[in-house]
Amino acid sequence: MAMTMTQKILAGHADLDEVHAGQLIQAKLDLVLGNDITTPVAINEFNAAGFEKIFDKSRVVFVMDHFTPNKDIKSATQCKQCRLFAKKFGLENFFDVGTMGIEHALLPEQGLVAPGDAVIGADSHTCTYGALGAFSTGVGSTDMGAAMAVGYTWFKVPAAIKVNVSGHKRKYVSGKDVILTLIGITGVDGALYKSLEFSGDGLKELTMADRLTISNMAIEAGAKNGIFPVDDITKEYLNGRLKRKYEAFYPDDDAEYERVINLNLDEIDCTVAFPHLPENARPAKSPENKNIRIDQIVIGSCTNGKIEDMQAAAEIFKSSGRKLADGVRGIVIPATQSVYRECIKRGYTEIFLDAGCVVSTPTCGPCLGGHMGCLAAGERCVSTTNRNFVGRMGHVDSEVYLASPAVAAASGIAGHIAHPEEVM
Amino acid sequence: MRVHKYGDHVDTDVIIPARYLASQDEKELASHCMEDIDKDFHAKVKAGDVIVAGLNFGCGSSREHAPLAIKASGIKCVIAKSFARIFYRNAINIGLAILECPEAAENIQDNDELEINFDTGLIVDKTQNRNFQAEPFPEFIKKMIEDGGLMKSLRAKKA
Ligand code: SF4
Repeated sequence: MAMTMTQKILAGHADLDEVHAGQLIQAKLDLVLGNDITTPVAINEFNAAGFEKIFDKSRVVFVMDHFTPNKDIKSATQCKQCRLFAKKFGLENFFDVGTMGIEHALLPEQGLVAPGDAVIGADSHTCTYGALGAFSTGVGSTDMGAAMAVGYTWFKVPAAIKVNVSGHKRKYVSGKDVILTLIGITGVDGALYKSLEFSGDGLKELTMADRLTISNMAIEAGAKNGIFPVDDITKEYLNGRLKRKYEAFYPDDDAEYERVINLNLDEIDCTVAFPHLPENARPAKSPENKNIRIDQIVIGSCTNGKIEDMQAAAEIFKSSGRKLADGVRGIVIPATQSVYRECIKRGYTEIFLDAGCVVSTPTCGPCLGGHMGCLAAGERCVSTTNRNFVGRMGHVDSEVYLASPAVAAASGIAGHIAHPEEVM
Repeated sequence: MRVHKYGDHVDTDVIIPARYLASQDEKELASHCMEDIDKDFHAKVKAGDVIVAGLNFGCGSSREHAPLAIKASGIKCVIAKSFARIFYRNAINIGLAILECPEAAENIQDNDELEINFDTGLIVDKTQNRNFQAEPFPEFIKKMIEDGGLMKSLRAKKA
């Protein structure tokens, strides 16, 4: 039977020759991930079930990223619980303050995920690693607790939607604009249960940073995962990072797709998702956007905290030669320690500081309204994060506009939602 | 097995309203199950009954209290046209049988008497004298549901 990329990976991990959409299977896992919020619950489940061993100490990964450096006593206690557990079981991949980054930026960067892997994480944006040709998806803490112990879990094999990418990227356009456009087409539940499988000539236009951003937000279309085929761009990214062998999977020519969506990059310009759903995608360039005054910009998160994202934002500040508009607060958060270091080396940190921004150590922080930049009632923020639900970054009467780093930087300079061209 | 039938998009807020979430007690949860959509549910439900519903059953929050409340009410199985993804995982993980079968969900009526064979996936509507075929659970899922959920099942295996 013809299979999609995702189906082939799942079949392989279930020791089956073939699987079909809707089938329930039990699959081995290459990696089990949790963060400082979800891991304590998983540990409690693990303990309550009486487990005494974890399946593989190199394959259970904890990342302390949401409320770190700890914002209060409760978050400190949660991290302490994770730390003690990691120590007790000798976890090789426990990322604490000093080595941590935002989980979904950190794992690819550290070469922990390989193409063809099956990965679960107790965090909905675990789907990010589809960019590398892996199957990865978010689950609950109970699933994580069980998987830590046994190294496998059950899945319902998803059907798939094919996203056919063609054309060439315009200036200032990045993966964020592509995924916001796609979610605008599918809606937030248009891909429910399903895999988004990317293909087409246009993929060579998408850098690994673009792809990571796109897969990261597959869940915002409701998808179970969003996956790219392994090509030269993937291989170049993996070179020097990945230390294990992998097998790349490609879809059969006659694999079944429930729907095909064509995305022509020539037609995609900078895009902003208006409150309060990621599907409210609108052009960044529009006369009405001048009336949308903003109070804050956030550049960072697992979606757009990579070095390419920092570069895109720094270039807007630098080449425009302008600072943040009066009354706009700029918060820049490189997603990992190495992105942070690279920003210093390349002079981006200074550019951000000159423009009037603050630059923070890696943390999820404001993305989930946790700390480091929550919003008050009535405030508006242009953010490079992935969710603009009601109250996501603070007060229920605040508003989040999702955009790329270039658009966020341009909007910070303009004081309203702006296309980068408007500030050059 | 008597049917309690509902429509599309039955969300976790009506399955178990957030105001009762402070409780982890299954009986307490069961006593408020479905009350915002069907206030007599608790009084009329009998052990072994079945819920039949439309699209996207269990949408909303990821709370495991929702399938727990249904299971603790005595419901043996939920049949729906489709389930929200997290509800689907949670239900199986806590040992509540669920079947996705659009044809059955469309045609079965409130108060119908059913018989379900979980080995074959055959749903027999005795009231209408009609059969529906759902995809049966694979062995490991059946075992998990019989054992009372994921954690209990893994513990049973370990022992
Ligand atoms: S940056 Fe935001 S979306 Fe990403 S893992 Fe952290 S809280 Fe979740």
